[in-house]
Amino acid sequence: MAVCAKSVEKCVFSMRLSRTLKLQNERFLSTSLCRLAAGPPKFVPPSKPVIIDKTQTVASLRKFLSPEFIPPRQRTDPFKFFLERKDMVRRRKAFDIPEFYAGSILAVTMADPNANVKTNRFVGICIQRGGKGLGATFVLRNIINNQGVEICYELYSPRLQKIEVLRLQKRLDDNLMYLRDALPEYSTVDPEMKPEPCCPTGEVPVNQLKVKMRPKPWSKRWERPKFNIQGIRFDLCLTPEAMEHAQKWAEPWREYDMLKEYDTSELEKKIFTEVQEEMNK
Amino acid sequence: MALLRISASLTALHMETTAIHQRTFSLSAVSAAIQKMTRVRVVDNSSLGNTPYHRPPRVIHVYTKNGVGKVGDRVLLAIKGEKKKALIVGHKMPGDRMTPRFDSNNVVLIEDNGNPTGTRIKVPLPTNLRNMDGDYTKVLAIATTFV
Repeated sequence: MAVCAKSVEKCVFSMRLSRTLKLQNERFLSTSLCRLAAGPPKFVPPSKPVIIDKTQTVASLRKFLSPEFIPPRQRTDPFKFFLERKDMVRRRKAFDIPEFYAGSILAVTMADPNANVKTNRFVGICIQRGGKGLGATFVLRNIINNQGVEICYELYSPRLQKIEVLRLQKRLDDNLMYLRDALPEYSTVDPEMKPEPCCPTGEVPVNQLKVKMRPKPWSKRWERPKFNIQGIRFDLCLTPEAMEHAQKWAEPWREYDMLKEYDTSELEKKIFTEVQEEMNK
Repeated sequence: MALLRISASLTALHMETTAIHQRTFSLSAVSAAIQKMTRVRVVDNSSLGNTPYHRPPRVIHVYTKNGVGKVGDRVLLAIKGEKKKALIVGHKMPGDRMTPRFDSNNVVLIEDNGNPTGTRIKVPLPTNLRNMDGDYTKVLAIATTFV
């Protein structure tokens, strides 16, 4: 009801605006035109204004299945994951969990009994998505007053009140934990940032940014092949000899290990249709 | 001529090293858990914590049962050749979900009776410090931001 009243008010306001504009135009034209056209000018109702609210984000139209729906490769009874998926869908019906990736910029509002206003809003770049099923998590990172802060949120926690995607994008890697060892400007996000409009269809844009690192020691040896990191300018921080030395830990036979094979494409399709049916119920 | 060439190659080497910023000595990363001999960062504006000194402040005792300090625990610091008590207000070790994890081990210097030594805290404090038992009201009062 309130929304309706507001839109009506907007309409009336715009009509009034257009009328004043029209009056002004007539005043400008009156010297030359009014004498030629005999009689009073015919009333032309102003066209109905189309109000487009650009601040509201459009619901995504692309096919997207959140990664926590896909069960891990293990011997647990699939029925357990089926039950968890049901609970996840029930939560998603009550609470809007948008599509986002590691590298997207999010704002999370959380119920916090200790905060001043009982809610806590944190803006940051998503550096990791972890966990499967109801225990799925994501980590936001930001730099506040020159102090790096990370918060690990549980995606299905009842304490979450709102998740906003301020900028939907991907980065070159799926895990951006190396931002802890990068220069601070790469993880700094303005907490007053406004949501940027993004097209609801098509591919998600990939930010091709490569970060510069602080001098060593780092929290992990990111140059090692097991991390397979594309988003670091290694040429600035390591010598070519050191990069070659890191290849000593490469395990190129791993990709041919048939016991480790886990093709989720079929499973993904099945779960996607199942989740869609549940959501539309 | 040979000398000149050697010096030229040396300068080239020097240029390379300056571009890469490699230290000649190794320095371990700061430990994530706050225990004995952990290097910490003093985040208030007390003169004791902010004057430069050739040794970083180190924890020499943690007043807990298990010897690992978390947010809200008291520690004893060795700072500038003195012993001083401090309160942990953030650590690198990840705690519970939905609580912040900081990039450094932050402490606030306190007197023996629990009053803070400084008058202002520059970095954000975790909000869950508020519902911990113990009297932190004076520390919370000098904080500027919370996360």
